Formats: sequence, C-alpha cells, structure tokens
Amino acid sequence: MTKDEVKQVVLGIIADIAPDEDLSTLKPDVRLRDQMQLDSMDFLDIVMELRKRHGIEVPEKDYPQLATLDSCGDYLTPKFNALASKS
Amino acid sequence: MSLSRIVITGVGLTAPNGNSLAEFRGNLLSGVARIARMEIRYMGPHLAGVCNFDPLRHQKRKEVRVGTRAGSIGIYCAREALADAGLSADALRKDRTGIFVGITEHGNVETENEIYAISKFGYDTKFWSHYHNPRTVANNPAGEISLNLGSTGPAYTIGAACAAGNLGLIHATQMLRLGEVDFAICGGVSESIHTFGIFAGFKSQNALAHHEDPNRASRPFDKSRNGIVISEGGALYTLERLEDAVRRGAKIYGEIAGYCVNSDASDYVLPNPGRQAECVREAVARSGLLPSDIHIINTHATATPMGDIQECEAIRAVFGEGCPDTHINNTKSFIGHAMGAAGALELAGNLPSFEDRVVHPTINVDELDPACALPGLVLNQPRKAERVDAILNNSFGMLGINSTLIVRRFER
Repeated sequence: MTKDEVKQVVLGIIADIAPDEDLSTLKPDVRLRDQMQLDSMDFLDIVMELRKRHGIEVPEKDYPQLATLDSCGDYLTPKFNALASKS
Repeated sequence: MSLSRIVITGVGLTAPNGNSLAEFRGNLLSGVARIARMEIRYMGPHLAGVCNFDPLRHQKRKEVRVGTRAGSIGIYCAREALADAGLSADALRKDRTGIFVGITEHGNVETENEIYAISKFGYDTKFWSHYHNPRTVANNPAGEISLNLGSTGPAYTIGAACAAGNLGLIHATQMLRLGEVDFAICGGVSESIHTFGIFAGFKSQNALAHHEDPNRASRPFDKSRNGIVISEGGALYTLERLEDAVRRGAKIYGEIAGYCVNSDASDYVLPNPGRQAECVREAVARSGLLPSDIHIINTHATATPMGDIQECEAIRAVFGEGCPDTHINNTKSFIGHAMGAAGALELAGNLPSFEDRVVHPTINVDELDPACALPGLVLNQPRKAERVDAILNNSFGMLGINSTLIVRRFER
C-alpha cells in the first residue's frame, strides 16, 4: 500500500468515529486533535479499529506517531505492507 | 413539619405507540397498541415494544455512537420535558438541577454486545471496547443526560426493578423538599429489549407472552393472558416546588400528593399482595385522602397469571366495594412492560385525565378473569368519569419492591 492509501484507511476510520466532523478540510501535517474534536477515547478508537479491521497493532509508546495524517502514513505504511507480505 | 408542595410542569416521553404525550394519549384513547416482532440475538423473533423516536433530534451522531440506548432515550425524554415545561437547557440553574432516572437494570445490553463482538475474534479480550465501563456504570443514563444538558447538579439512577419509574419521581420530590435541588428531571427509562438475557430469563420463567397478533399479546386481566411483552421506552418529568412553578407561570399537570415504597421481604420474584396493600394504603393515608377519593388506579399488572390476581387482591383489600367513583385501568395492555420506564410512562398516559376526565381502558380483555373482576375496571373502551381529582399509580418489581405514587389535580 502507498502512504496515500494508508492515509485514506485512517480517514475512513476517523469518519466513523467522528461522524459529525467535516473531514474535507483536514490538513495532513497538522495534529488531528488541533483540527477536530478528538478526545483520548476517540484516539483509542483509532487504535482499536486498526486492530479490528486490519490486524494492525499500535503499542502505547507509539501513539504519538498517530498525531497527524502524514505521521499516520509514515508510521503505518510499513506495518500494512509487512502484514500484506505475510498473507 | 410542613413539606413543600411539588408539582409536575413538563413531560417528555417515548413509548412504542408515541413520541410525545399528545400522540401517546391519543393512541391510548383510540385503542392503538404498537407491539412488534423483533429479532432477538440467539433466540429469533420475539414480541417487543420498540420506540421509533429520532435520537438525532437532540444528540450528535458521535453521542449516539459512544453512548447507550438508555442514554439516548433519557436525553430525548429530558429535552422534550424541558421544552414542554417551556424551558431551554441554557435557562436552567445548572448546579441546582437534579436528574433522577429510574432503571430496572443497566449494562446488560452493553455487556452482551461486547461479548458478542469479541466472539468474532476468538474471545480475545484485547478487542473489548474501552467504552465498556462508561457505558455500563449504573449511573450511565443519568450521566449521559447531564453531559447533553451541561447540567452540573446531582445526576444518578435509581435501581428499583420495575418500580423504578415511580421511584424517580419520588426521589425527586424528596430532593426538592430537602432543598438539595431547585429543579428536577425525573422518571424512568429502559433499553431492556436490546438484551437477550431478559427475554431468555422471562422465557425460562414461563412468563413471556405469545400471541399470533402482536398487538393482542399483552392482555392483563384477560383469562387467556400468558405473560409479559418486554418493551423499551422512557418518561421524564420536570418537577418544581409550587412557588417556583407559579412564579414563572408554568403549566401545572398535577401535584405530587403522596407516595409509599416498601418491600415484601418474602420472595425473589413472587409478589406479596399483603405488602402491596400496605404500600397502597400508606400512600393514600399520606396523601390525606380516603380510598374513595382516588378516581383512577393505574395498575402494575403485567399479564402474568398469578401477578395480576395478586395485585387485584391488594387493590380489593384497600378499596373494597365502597369506591364507586374509582376507575381502574392498565397501560401495559397497549405498550407492554417498559420495565424501568413503566411506572413513569403509565402515569403520563393518565395525567391528561385531569383535564378531559376520560379514563383510558385496559385493552385486549376478551374474557375477564373472574379473579381479576374488580369493580371499576375500564375494559376495552375509554370511560368518561364524573371527576378525576386523584390518580394512583402502582409499580412493583422483583426482589419485592413496591411503590405507589399518587398525583392529584392541581388546585391553589
């Protein structure tokens, strides 16, 4: 998967967990929490949905890597590709 | 000690056959029940009373996703009650507002959902939701209302099995009289139809109703009654001290006249007519009324073979044959048993009788069980009463909790 594809996956999860938000104006390099109402429980939703839908594990020490859409792409793309190569 | 007079100034509700008091009352007077067949997890289709209010009327989509059905029902009812009282949430003195919500149970729905969800992942608990605890704490429905309204006063639930709806109003009355709050949102809610456990439990007790026609299944006092139709719903009221209500020119639906709560201390599930009679008698006495002053008795009867007979025995013991102006009805025949919401919803269905003097009937009585043949039963068709000055509302629950609440017509 490309980084853009991974970012779309993350956006899809965010759309489900924050259904009242307009995501069309999200800036990829700005912290998600600074652009939308996203509390710590919502953030755990992102982690849970990555686990449930894609089998991706994000250890707690790596949570800061999910701060922006860009950093999500950087951090998660190798994980998605590693999983794809296993299957 | 002189107690403050407490009055009802707003009603918000959702029932299987109505999402406002006007719609609900209209259907009670025109004989419209609305029971559905609902798919119950592991059990297949079963009869249930399902509400069709729009949660998004008062909640954001995220609130609905994160919260519980009981929370949504509570928020809908609270907001509708406030609107009915002519108040906005912003107008409330938020630290002086109490939210007291009766529940039969809470958390079963959410726990069952989580167990089902992790069953799809080999029961690996790392897939267990981080929302499980806030969804299942016993104060959840009241807490969700406080979050939605931004209300900072006391907000909690009152667990009282199927007596809970009355308990919400009773506790609010006490808190207003104590001066702990100046305004109360109170009553009961239930999301119970979303847990298979309650269906399976009643089925194992042989207490679940069945009938070809869903709307004919809940039939208290009928000879062929065969059990309970489980329903969801909610009814919340705004309660105020009389002087506060008068000062702001509020519409007053009625005044809390008296109440009693007691315990059977005799069985986990079987009612005790002796204790029920004591509860009713004490509530009437505390109201300063005589049994003959009660013009409507709204029964708790759930259409179980024994339970209905025992409540009739209790009513007979208190009211005897000497109360010709006392009319007796049952709301569950329309909406099923709304559990924690039952008492509150059933009171709401009768409150308009203070204005129109019409007593809604108990429907689905084709052949009255002689053991339930109380004088004054209003069967199948509404009845015009000479006067309706006091309504007595019975709600009883498992582990032997009994509650009787009496509301009287407001007169200065």
